[in-house]
Amino acid sequence: MQRFYEVMFIVRPDTLDEDVDKLIAGFEATVTNGGGTIRSTEKLGRRKLAYLVRKFSEGNYILLTIDADGKLVAELERRLRVSEPVIKFITVRMDEEQKRIDKIKAIRATRKKLSAQPVAPAPVEAVEAPAEATPASA
Amino acid sequence: MADETTTPKAPEGGAPHAGGPGGPRGPRTGGPGGPGGPGGRKFFRRKKVCKFCTEKIDAIPYRDVRLLQGFVAERGKIVPRRLTGVCTTHQRRLTRAIKQARNIALLPFAARY
Repeated sequence: MQRFYEVMFIVRPDTLDEDVDKLIAGFEATVTNGGGTIRSTEKLGRRKLAYLVRKFSEGNYILLTIDADGKLVAELERRLRVSEPVIKFITVRMDEEQKRIDKIKAIRATRKKLSAQPVAPAPVEAVEAPAEATPASA
Repeated sequence: MADETTTPKAPEGGAPHAGGPGGPRGPRTGGPGGPGGPGGRKFFRRKKVCKFCTEKIDAIPYRDVRLLQGFVAERGKIVPRRLTGVCTTHQRRLTRAIKQARNIALLPFAARY
């Protein structure tokens, strides 16, 4: 069962850029070898942490968007946990949310069409209405 | 009698709030939730609307710190619905997003002093 997840993790601020790249490549390899696919990899850059994590007040945020199944996510989380430079991570399942948003968007798209169509005939009716009203009043 | 006529005008049926524990807290942040009836002080209470409904924000991502920050008090607490005017559905999603953001150190659990 392939699902859509977002995995965000924080790398220690004192790791070198090359090491970060290597680390990301390693996690990407775990995903692809485990039967999942990577949608995107994003480096969100250095950010001040809201609280101290392992005595670091800064961190390098990285976001992975992946399609994977439960076992693969468990494996990826295990690897995140044991890898030394990673100080914090979070996995969020996004597919249900995505489905909901797509549904809303679809509904909104249909509504727009309906609202766009009556705009043209509406002024015509508006013109006709006073015309009908005037003979009645007169 | 004059007071009774003013209270129904207030939107969202604020009268029970004013009588309850919300009364003394009124002047804190959500001033509009303050007392309306007996004191003789008449506030013009603006109707609070859900930001997410009006601006049609579908997703509340945990990554959007700017957005979430607006619904977190100075000390890091989640601001209640009665002060922000967010609707039930969106408050639920907002709460979840804030908690996820806290977990990944984007938002504080409690502001340090």
